Amino acid sequence: MIANRFVRRALLAYLGLVLLFAFAPIAAGFVFSVNSDRFPSLPLGSFTLDWYRAVFEDALVVESFRNSLLVGLAAAPLATLIGFAAAYADYRFRFFGQRAVLVLGLLPPTIPVVILGVAMLAFLARLGLAGTLTAVIVCHVVVCAPFAMAVARLRFAQIDPDLEIAAQNLGASDWRAFAAVIVPMAWPALMAAMFLSLAVSFDEYMIAWFVGGLNETVPVRVLGFLQGQVSPRIHAIGAVSFLVSILLVALAQMLTSRMTRH
Amino acid sequence: MTKGPLALPVRLRRALYGALWAAPMPAWQLVFFAAPFALLTALSFWSVRNFRLVPDVSTAAWDWLLTTDYVRDTLLRTLAYAGGAAVLVTLLAFPAALAIAFVLRPRARAAVLALLVVPFFTSYLVRVYSWQTFLADNGIVNAVLRPLGLEVAGMLNSPFAMMVGYATLCLPLVVILQSMSLLAIDRTLIHAAHNLRCGPLRTVGAVIVPAARPGIVVGAVFAFILCFGDFVTPLYLGGGKHPTLAILIADTVKAGQQWPRAAVVALVMMAVLLTTALAALSFAYRRRGS
Repeated sequence: MIANRFVRRALLAYLGLVLLFAFAPIAAGFVFSVNSDRFPSLPLGSFTLDWYRAVFEDALVVESFRNSLLVGLAAAPLATLIGFAAAYADYRFRFFGQRAVLVLGLLPPTIPVVILGVAMLAFLARLGLAGTLTAVIVCHVVVCAPFAMAVARLRFAQIDPDLEIAAQNLGASDWRAFAAVIVPMAWPALMAAMFLSLAVSFDEYMIAWFVGGLNETVPVRVLGFLQGQVSPRIHAIGAVSFLVSILLVALAQMLTSRMTRH
Repeated sequence: MTKGPLALPVRLRRALYGALWAAPMPAWQLVFFAAPFALLTALSFWSVRNFRLVPDVSTAAWDWLLTTDYVRDTLLRTLAYAGGAAVLVTLLAFPAALAIAFVLRPRARAAVLALLVVPFFTSYLVRVYSWQTFLADNGIVNAVLRPLGLEVAGMLNSPFAMMVGYATLCLPLVVILQSMSLLAIDRTLIHAAHNLRCGPLRTVGAVIVPAARPGIVVGAVFAFILCFGDFVTPLYLGGGKHPTLAILIADTVKAGQQWPRAAVVALVMMAVLLTTALAALSFAYRRRGS
């Protein structure tokens, strides 16, 4: 497409720089999580696992991992169900307000989390839920459901609507047709939506910070470290969360690529 | 007509079955997303008496917003940072998107796009902390530059560091969006330009940029939205010396009972974002020549 060899090489080199910029902070995080210096810099100190040990001996950090797990395990399935149901309704039925449902479903991720956090804290405080993990779960469902709906919609775009109608013509009830036709075909998309929701919930810090009060999730604890005693412990937590998130996204990606092959 | 008495229950059952699927999303989002914003709008007119929030029709918070200099300054500063970051990131992303769309082969392209998704799922907080260790006076950048005699002091807590943070937040996303729109360009247009002896730079300016305008503008809008609402970069890379609206909101809420003020700032932020997004999108999809 671009013929000039010099231009091609320059563009590729530039792309390399952009990738370097994107991955430098991630790579440095891993390196300094096993480096002995209290204030990370070059030259490197010696190899150590002390920061990981410090992190896992810190009651607050352990508690935050427990909270994140609880929030994710409650919010992700709920968000997946809600998002999937909306995508299915949009695919299967024509009804009044269909576009409004889609817009309402897709809006939350486009609003800055700091504004979502304020609005939700104000609201949940009136319900007496402020400062509870329930509040964090409820808000994470709002934020994750749109992602789940988007993943499910991708799948439904590939499923022929006649299949379900054929099952009904053969005498299957609504539920039977759904269970026999849609569930098996949409299963990978459901799981992908769930892992994606887990990853989103696991990384969300702003809303969780506002509505969770003293019930800190992992990124809220990191925020706490940033405000107080910065140390390579942050990198150790970052490395662990990175592995968790990437594992979840890789699972989601594997399932979606498998479903597009069928 | 003979099955008249039965028809209604059947239709009702169908409608109920459909509603069962369609209803949960709007129900959840109305209660936990729309209602909080309705309350926030109401809150902006409430007043604070004896440290307690009381329902009211007071414009005190709006007056405070309109008459307090540092609030106006903070709004203008936030606009400048977010606008500057959106322009900068758009310019920085474009050559990378050109490389992805027009230089890489399909397999390498897929791999690079997948790599660009990875940062999205790593903690932004942790990456910002990482940049602190790069940019500090005794940090990595200076450790590399010092032997060359090029040491730079004061990189951290500066507008430069903030732009690094904003680019960390949205550069990968903007590259992806731009690449998508470049890949969607009709290649025969570019061949035609080439056959007509149009040079590479002129092809980019006269053919590629206009054809990819929606993707480029949408990318810039996303960058603007993300940076405008960001709290982490201005605080931990900008040093919090020049607060943005997000910091103002967090301080106002966390410091105590100034809920109406926080609500007013949040509503103004929403209004700015909505106006910018709509203006930019109508520009992006405006037909050429009109």
